[in-house]
Amino acid sequence: MTVRIGTGAGFSSDRLDPALKLIEEGNLDYIIFECVGERTLAFGHRDRMADPAKGYNKQLEIRMRAVLPLAVKHGVKIITNMGVANPSMAAERTVAVARSLGIEGLKVAFIEGDDVSNLIGPNTEIPEINGVVKDVRKPVVGANAYIGADALLPALAAGADVIITGRCADPSLFLAPLRHHYGWESDDWSRMGAGTLVGHLMECGMQITGGYFADPGRKDVLDLVHCGYPIAEVESDGSAVITKLDSAGGLVDTRTVKEQMLYEVHDPERYLTPDVTADFSHTHIDQEAPNRVRIAEATGREWPELLKVTLAFDGGVLAEGGVSYAGPGASSRARLAAQVVETRMREIHGLQEKIRCDLIGVQSLLATAKAGVGPDSEDVRLHVGMRTENQESAEMLLWEVESLLCCGPAGGGGFRGQIQASVHTESTYIARENVPTKFQMLTT
Amino acid sequence: MSKVTLREIAHARAGDKGNISSISVWAYDPKHYPAMKAQCTEDWAAQAFGRLLEGSVKRYTLDHLHGLNFVFTNALEGGVNGSLNLDGHGKSFSYILLGQEIDASE
Repeated sequence: MTVRIGTGAGFSSDRLDPALKLIEEGNLDYIIFECVGERTLAFGHRDRMADPAKGYNKQLEIRMRAVLPLAVKHGVKIITNMGVANPSMAAERTVAVARSLGIEGLKVAFIEGDDVSNLIGPNTEIPEINGVVKDVRKPVVGANAYIGADALLPALAAGADVIITGRCADPSLFLAPLRHHYGWESDDWSRMGAGTLVGHLMECGMQITGGYFADPGRKDVLDLVHCGYPIAEVESDGSAVITKLDSAGGLVDTRTVKEQMLYEVHDPERYLTPDVTADFSHTHIDQEAPNRVRIAEATGREWPELLKVTLAFDGGVLAEGGVSYAGPGASSRARLAAQVVETRMREIHGLQEKIRCDLIGVQSLLATAKAGVGPDSEDVRLHVGMRTENQESAEMLLWEVESLLCCGPAGGGGFRGQIQASVHTESTYIARENVPTKFQMLTT
Repeated sequence: MSKVTLREIAHARAGDKGNISSISVWAYDPKHYPAMKAQCTEDWAAQAFGRLLEGSVKRYTLDHLHGLNFVFTNALEGGVNGSLNLDGHGKSFSYILLGQEIDASE
């Protein structure tokens, strides 16, 4: 018998309806909701600082309200890092939702220990910038070590129905139930590598079932509207089949699996997680049947001695404003508008911050990579962006862009502007023995 | 000589970690892989990234799967938390490589 694991979310804002369908029809043992990235973690800390009762995933309650009754009905265990910067509060909220639904006897575990803020100081080293924390010149809002599957095993052994973590490494959320089910030892590096590949392939949800893939005419995907989340059927040796529900849209083939295998991977022989130094370089990827891909021969070596730590800093705000130009000469008028905004921000308002002006429709995303100016267009949007620690400067940028409506080139319209909180993250490393974890169980 | 854009013979996906962009490129048909491996070098990738690349490029090869993995350091204009590019993750940057021309004759 294989273990059947599904993905219910591959990032913080991922879709809910396909997760419900997967629980109902997938005959799953576990469903994993992976919802934390460096940015979401940093924003979680900001939210928690503003309100100690916040800092967990914003959709936690909506998700749990829909998921819990189905998971209980079908006997599917839930593992998630939706605790983000506040796992204990996320667990309390989950218990409250379960109680309000009349679910009795539900065991909800939360894992703590990843928050290592107390070990971080102004002189903590940041290798990537060849400097230390104080060199960043921004307030630290949080610091979390990536914890691994080890941290989840005691909660699984205690019979948790729901496990909520903070900064657990994404693949570890999948490796933990495999270790629990098959009794794999933590130094069985080959299986740690194999299970980590399963987790890595599954952690981004639809990125392996046709999402982030479709390119009409080259890579066609059937019914992307109803794209399904993936299922992994994992064997005791760590090999697996990646598949999806027949009734869901999407595509699982060797191309989707290959693209995802190296997604955010640098050296395929050395993919570092808290659990293992995984080696994907000899992986076999074979189409077994339509929408069924078999993976085998992933392996691994001893885990890294140091755990990665994400340092979150307050990054001020990101201000963005835009105005559109259309018809003959639109590109020239948009260019003139850009010049007016940038010059006025410097000369009249004295701002020093970096300002970026994009001409959407002419050249924007690839503007830095491509030398020269893109072809003229008759439908151009000037987009102006600036990061600043000063709210008034941000508001001034939007005011200047909006003023183009009367004071700028001919025919400008459709101003929109927004100011968003911004975060900054860096990485440091910490000895694993300094990151003890523990779990607590709440019961409805 | 049979010049094609790489998109005709290969598919790709971009990922990001901080200010590092990684892009895997895969031949649809194994017969095109030798040409890709010979021509899609680190220098080729660096040239394609142009001024985006403020660091270096490292290429890894997966011959049995007909894939190349490029890792570009300091190549995301500061990364998603620092970039003013509308696409701070560089998700669209796989198409920088797929837009390059290569000689696909066998």
